[in-house]
Amino acid sequence: MNWEMFLPQLWASTLETFYMVGFSTLLTLLLGLPLGLLLVLTGRGNLMPQPIVNSVLGWIVNIGRSLPFIILLVAITPLTRLIAGTTIGATAAIVPLTLAAVPFFARVAETALQEVDRGLVEATQSMGCSTWQIVSKVYIPESLPALVRGITITIISLIGFSAMAGAVGSGGLGDLAIRYGYQRFETDIMVVTVVLLIVLVQLVQFIGNFTARRLSHR
Amino acid sequence: MISISNVSKTYGHGTQVVKALQDVSLQVEAGEIFGVLGQSGAGKSTLIRCVNLLERPDSGSVRVNGQDMTALSGPKLRQARQQIGMIFQHFNLLSSRTVAENVALPLEVTKFNRAARQARVAELLELVGLSGKANAYPAQLSGGQKQRVGIARALAAEPEVLLCDEATSALDPQTTRSILDLLKELNRRLGLTILLITHEMGVVRQICDRVAILEAGKIVEQGTVAELAVRPNSRLGQEFFPRKVDFTTEPGAVLATITFSGAAADQPVLTTLARNYELDVNILSGTLETVGGQRIGQLQIELRGKRIPEALGSLQQQGLAVEVQS
Repeated sequence: MNWEMFLPQLWASTLETFYMVGFSTLLTLLLGLPLGLLLVLTGRGNLMPQPIVNSVLGWIVNIGRSLPFIILLVAITPLTRLIAGTTIGATAAIVPLTLAAVPFFARVAETALQEVDRGLVEATQSMGCSTWQIVSKVYIPESLPALVRGITITIISLIGFSAMAGAVGSGGLGDLAIRYGYQRFETDIMVVTVVLLIVLVQLVQFIGNFTARRLSHR
Repeated sequence: MISISNVSKTYGHGTQVVKALQDVSLQVEAGEIFGVLGQSGAGKSTLIRCVNLLERPDSGSVRVNGQDMTALSGPKLRQARQQIGMIFQHFNLLSSRTVAENVALPLEVTKFNRAARQARVAELLELVGLSGKANAYPAQLSGGQKQRVGIARALAAEPEVLLCDEATSALDPQTTRSILDLLKELNRRLGLTILLITHEMGVVRQICDRVAILEAGKIVEQGTVAELAVRPNSRLGQEFFPRKVDFTTEPGAVLATITFSGAAADQPVLTTLARNYELDVNILSGTLETVGGQRIGQLQIELRGKRIPEALGSLQQQGLAVEVQS
């Protein structure tokens, strides 16, 4: 193998993976956290009990979570084209990646938020806090360590998904592994990309654990 | 200061209805410490939550400082809640905030500016004796210290009323005493009106001026602690003076229970019986207490002699409650 030719390509693919995972993580947080909050707040006995809204949201999230990613990837191409203007490349991949991760993260966030002691909510209610103040002063800060662990899991899932998106020409490390490693039988390139992915996942997990520990004052 | 009138609250529906409160009425006067005593499940928690409308009563009204709480909702209700402090059995401090930040929380809601907030927090921590712990996290504090933070936080917005939800039930006896002393001191110094609920007789004994006893959602007794404790067959009396022991008396002897309070407690009862009526007096059991500055007590005695009815009659005339067991 020609490493001199391959290394710049490896670097570019790594950056593409960062770009896809980074953006889709950001969008996932922006969409998934409010969804998780709504799932908690509209639940029975919570601050804004709305059984119907809660069931509908639950259903949507479950449907999103039951679709295999590879199917989702193909099934939503029209939507991807509508939003990203194209269906290939890293930018296009952000659409299915986000769509797959939002319901996942919403559930993770819901679990984290539900762990917040009801007594704390009650205490802040007794001070005259509004629902928004309870969310911003109690729910989010109190569940932050758990949320960070959830974000870590989500990023790692997204790294896996992004590699899978390589199958339809998204770019990134997965794409590289498939095109060179699989289709051209260049096993060493396959091994290098896989090792890179492993290192990436380990790194994310390490940073996530460290941050969660630092944030926890329990 | 707090007026609860005919409040009822029912949970569940169909066959699983729990009547948590049934037609409960009570008045808490400004500046007093009022205790609601009851077993778990009696409806105490529901009652105290009806005061700041964490629970909305099904019927009846709740007035705090003249304002009808049950008529409020939304921003008006939140504003009214800011004038009512509350502390909890499990303290309910935010683990993500330091002691000072916890105490500052109610001030953030009331839009104090930052400098005023810091000054007020320092003042409050001083008040509860935790000035050195401003930057500690709740996890680093003992139970008693956590409750002190809870108290400081509850008083931050200068409420006139403090609700205590089993505030000492998670604390050991010594810490309980120090927290109760603090509450009593705040009651005196700030003129703070306190409504507390508890299942611990000791709490009522130590700091309450008046007490109501709640059983299965109904108030069964209400009055000053000293008055209820000595009222014959009162539930509070039974708590105060644990059930009399059934002593077997020899033939000719009389078993009597004498309950006294106030001025009557200062009289030399036993010597009077022995000296003036020539009785043999044998003390079987006894309790003496000081409640709200009043001495109250109960003695179970065995009497022997000829002039027993006459002697007991004279004790009754002196204002002592006398009960003869046969």
